[in-house]
Amino acid sequence: MAEYRLETPLKDEDIEKLKIGDTVYLSGVIYTARDAAHKRLVDLIKDGKELPFDIKGAVIYYVGPAPAKPGYPIGSAGPTTSYRMDPYAPVLLDNGLKGMIGKGPRSKEVIDAMVRNKAVYFAATGGAAALIALSVVSAEVIAYEDLGTEAVRKLVVKDFPCIVANDMYGNDMYKEGVEQFIKRGKI
Amino acid sequence: MRDINVSELTNAVKKLVMDANYYIPKDIRDSLEKAYKDETSQSAKSILQMILKNHDISREKKMPLCQDTGVAVFFIDIGQDVHFVGGDFEDAINEGVRQGYIEGYLRKSLVNDPVIHRVNTKDNTPAIIYPRIVPGEKVKIVAAPKGGGAENMSEVKMMKAADGIEGVMDFVVERVKKSGGNPCPPVIVGVGIGGDFEMSALLAKKALFRNIGERNSDPEYAEIEKELLKRINALGIGPMGLGGKTTALEVFIEYMPCHIASMPVAVNLNCHATRHKEIIL
Repeated sequence: MAEYRLETPLKDEDIEKLKIGDTVYLSGVIYTARDAAHKRLVDLIKDGKELPFDIKGAVIYYVGPAPAKPGYPIGSAGPTTSYRMDPYAPVLLDNGLKGMIGKGPRSKEVIDAMVRNKAVYFAATGGAAALIALSVVSAEVIAYEDLGTEAVRKLVVKDFPCIVANDMYGNDMYKEGVEQFIKRGKI
Repeated sequence: MRDINVSELTNAVKKLVMDANYYIPKDIRDSLEKAYKDETSQSAKSILQMILKNHDISREKKMPLCQDTGVAVFFIDIGQDVHFVGGDFEDAINEGVRQGYIEGYLRKSLVNDPVIHRVNTKDNTPAIIYPRIVPGEKVKIVAAPKGGGAENMSEVKMMKAADGIEGVMDFVVERVKKSGGNPCPPVIVGVGIGGDFEMSALLAKKALFRNIGERNSDPEYAEIEKELLKRINALGIGPMGLGGKTTALEVFIEYMPCHIASMPVAVNLNCHATRHKEIIL
């Protein structure tokens, strides 16, 4: 399992080399969005309207951060559970989204959309929220301020730690990680 | 009779919610350190290492362990000789939650109605409060902030007596299996058996806050806890669901008598950041 340092926006050649289980340290701009923001983003696409950020090559992080203490750009900011975004993710992927960061397995529809669009899903460590917050250099609400913690934020991150959970080849670490464990137990 | 001003409740709750969110209980820390040593897969080890490092950062910087600082749940044992003065009991608890979540930079994670509007209440109230009247003139408050990710993976099932202990165990193991990486494993599994529909769920939640390694006082249930932990860790779900030996740190069962026609079973999962903190007034 390899280790990579990648810059956003993600390019096809970045994604082609990633395999499940690889460790990735992401740097650059990523955008935050959870359930409520996803619904609004997908509604905009359906209405043919412009999104609040350029989705081509973008990475969306599923997070609703804690409030920032004075002197910090953001409060604790670990991933939320991704399956709640599954109904929306394929539309975003078909429109150019290249990466998602969250926790927990994805639906077949999302995995198919990743294969179709050369995209990748990163698992961040749930509950390691203070540690992850330290990799955030700056944070700015760019849309849906009324949603509070669920607003869309533009984060600049430096060496954000994550693991490739689904690669563009249709592999799923949530399945294979468990299968490998069970296989090892039987040997 | 002992008079307690409700402002004492407010102050205690404010401190409890902050401390519970910043400081991981020692038994859970120890158990995760052991899991880190035991794991052999690279991803499991690196995830557990991050979780342990996160505890240190939270403690040093007083930043919440998880951004999901939870719905504020309280189990409050009130001595029957206590007389609350100076205001309303529930208002005082909610005021403590409000102050703690705002001044402690904790996330406000509640919406005003569950289906139609879902507008954030902005101060993490209302709290969920389970008061109980007990002998004496003390008040014990247990704060147990609960995140959504793990709570969403919980379930109640009205089983039949004929399902027997095998049926109960299969239901619990299947619940953990279906949850996969979603509830932030390694999890704590709380199981409530008996009572009635809602009591089984309450027993399951209360079970979560026993100390790691503390078995049910009934030797037969203690054996079932051990057997369940073994079966769950054989699933291979592992830390954050990416495969490994440690899917659960513990399984705790609480039970009580029930109706001759019933066998309610509830499973409440909690993440590796199982937060709880208590105070006695």
